[in-house]
Amino acid sequence: MSKVRVLVGTRKGAFILTSDGRREQWNVSGPHFAGWEIYHMKGSPVDPDRIYASQTSGWFGQIIQRSDDGGQTWHQPGTPAGQPAAPGPPKSESNKFAYNAAAKPLTTHQWYDGTQHPWEFKRVWHLEPSLIDADAVYAGVEDAAIFQSTDGGQNWQELPGLRGHGTGPNWQPGAGGMCLHTIILDPKNPKRMWIAISAAGAFRTDDGGATWKPINRGLRSQYIPDPNAEIGHCVHHIAMNPSRPGVLFMQKHWDVMRSDNAGDHWVEVSGNLPTDFGFAIDVHAHEPETIYVVPIKSDSEHYVHEGKLRVFRSRTGGNEWEALTKGLPQKDCYVNVLRDAMAVDSLDKCGIYFGTSGGQVYASADAGDTWNPIVRDLPAVLSVEVQTLK
Amino acid sequence: MITDMIRITLPQHLRTLAQVGVEVELHVESPVTQRRVLDALEARYPMLRGTIRDHVTQQRRPFLRFFACEEDLSHQSPDAPLPDAVASGAEPLLIIGAIAGG
Repeated sequence: MSKVRVLVGTRKGAFILTSDGRREQWNVSGPHFAGWEIYHMKGSPVDPDRIYASQTSGWFGQIIQRSDDGGQTWHQPGTPAGQPAAPGPPKSESNKFAYNAAAKPLTTHQWYDGTQHPWEFKRVWHLEPSLIDADAVYAGVEDAAIFQSTDGGQNWQELPGLRGHGTGPNWQPGAGGMCLHTIILDPKNPKRMWIAISAAGAFRTDDGGATWKPINRGLRSQYIPDPNAEIGHCVHHIAMNPSRPGVLFMQKHWDVMRSDNAGDHWVEVSGNLPTDFGFAIDVHAHEPETIYVVPIKSDSEHYVHEGKLRVFRSRTGGNEWEALTKGLPQKDCYVNVLRDAMAVDSLDKCGIYFGTSGGQVYASADAGDTWNPIVRDLPAVLSVEVQTLK
Repeated sequence: MITDMIRITLPQHLRTLAQVGVEVELHVESPVTQRRVLDALEARYPMLRGTIRDHVTQQRRPFLRFFACEEDLSHQSPDAPLPDAVASGAEPLLIIGAIAGG
């Protein structure tokens, strides 16, 4: 029987939730890396027991952790825990994210007050394992850049063409920092990927990361001087069904958008949503026109609308939305759901999962019709990913 | 020249990361300075690279401080000799995480 493994990153550690394919009884493991912020964990599609984790701290910086046994044990790649130091320079470079200033000089970007600010590495927001090689993985970082490891996370190299795109001095941080938070790989074209940055917008490469093109046409953001600018949009998240790589769905700061041409042009599909501000968005595993968002009241009130935790589902690729409420609190609820905190499994029926700032992780084993909490009292959830295990 | 054993007290999260107790002991070449102590610490525990000093700039991370002998040594030159009591192992070098946040 199939199983699912839900990888939950929180403000104070990582948790791994497992169940059989019925998704009714759950085992909870953790906290792993207790007390550390776990921005993201994701398993390799090639080897599901290979999981990468971004462990980070405002005090102690960035750590990359890796598990080769499905999350039972962890180590920093290249630095087995407790191993005595060998002669020569220290081995571990797994937490070294050095911008490639030789290839693309470090510039400045806009600061909150409009002045220019130097590029500084702060943390890894998102890890995206390769679709074809378990040792290859991309990292989206703050200040915004994309890095790649081809040795299982031991060493990281920047793909400097993105940071050095030339528009960098006009990029600016969102409230959470100037983060590259979304990386989507094209399963049909290994040279193509999409990324998104708050607040620069979405970019696409068609040559394996050497060069990047802003893909923000159709986005309209009233909070920047030119609402239709080429860059500067606060894209919160992008989702794609792997069976249809040209079709993308975006939750922007405000507005839910879709593109049917790989991001060349976007149209708004917010439709009848009660508010179109939000962070999370995802696509049904088997129905590529079925999408999910969690509307958040506003950018100054980061909690759900009307005190009701509602996932909204569109079966028409946007515009027509229905509220999914069964099993979710419908009064006195004021949680947020962050951009990487929603995921889908690939079972039939499709399972949907999301985590909240209140520490709940909810699951639906019937594509959103009904919900149940897997856990209710974790630290604030930063990210949720799901692995469907055969 | 190899000195006496230097004692270093680590904050809890770094103890967990390095899988050590409250205090670690290291031999450090004389003269004993912040830089030499941290070089030796990172050589022995490579998982700590980047956690006390920035990986690229080698500057002390802003929310960490170095205390010893009831003094704050955080703003001293990394190449300044540490107090004799630290160099002799009588007193530990304390690496402290700032008390901030939750």
